[in-house]
Amino acid sequence: MATKTYAGINIEVNDEGYMLDSSQWSKEVATEIAKDEGVELTDKHFEVLDYIRNKVANGETLTIRGINKSGVVDAKTFYQLFPGAPLKKATKIAGVSKPESCI
Amino acid sequence: MEKDEKVKLSKVLLICAKGSIEDVYATLVMGNGAVMEGIETKLFFTFFGLDAITKKQMNKLHTATVGNPAMRMPGGLPFPTLLGALPFVEAGVSAMMKNQMEKLDMPGVEEFLELIVAGGGEIYGCKLAADMFGLKQEDLYDEVKGIITVGDLYAMCDGPGTQIIFT
Repeated sequence: MATKTYAGINIEVNDEGYMLDSSQWSKEVATEIAKDEGVELTDKHFEVLDYIRNKVANGETLTIRGINKSGVVDAKTFYQLFPGAPLKKATKIAGVSKPESCI
Repeated sequence: MEKDEKVKLSKVLLICAKGSIEDVYATLVMGNGAVMEGIETKLFFTFFGLDAITKKQMNKLHTATVGNPAMRMPGGLPFPTLLGALPFVEAGVSAMMKNQMEKLDMPGVEEFLELIVAGGGEIYGCKLAADMFGLKQEDLYDEVKGIITVGDLYAMCDGPGTQIIFT
């Protein structure tokens, strides 16, 4: 566990950098986490982040298939928005815990 | 390089040589998982595994109900091999299995391949097996990048963090 300062707020994160308290999240915080991840956020990114935060708040499992069918973004664009490991990166920036799905 | 320095996995080549649901899904789940981790991923389908990328067959895969000792009835009782040999049993069991997988939000074969390609994964067919089964590029799923030889496959295996996985 560690504390990081994003947008002037002290935020508790786990060893992998995922926020422990999702309610501390804001667009400013997201922008700074994204910077650490090498991603510059656009409106499209925020649409995806909102979708992810809603899903997680409803207790639903995140999968790449679900994202592809979300109507918010297709899989290809999702990979482009969050290059590398998209679901891990996007959840980290969205201030939710790391997804535990294999798909 | 120090002796105990770890090299991160950066590329995987998955080889699928069988065409039953479980064999194909082992490849698809691991392939999709690799793509999602940002690992360069190439899928190579050969012999009966070619069914998974053959347009006519890819969405109609079955699981074997004969000669599969791990097969159980719903509820856990053993599944008699003789029962598995009856007409329609294999189709019924396969449908049940696909139904279960759908409940876990596992995509169908074609959709799974689409997701893998969307993430930059590449799909190949084996030349020798394609010749054997009389299959041409146009018989295969549109996103198949090519029908290649074993030599072509090995040529793709360069780089220190590369693994070949035979599912």
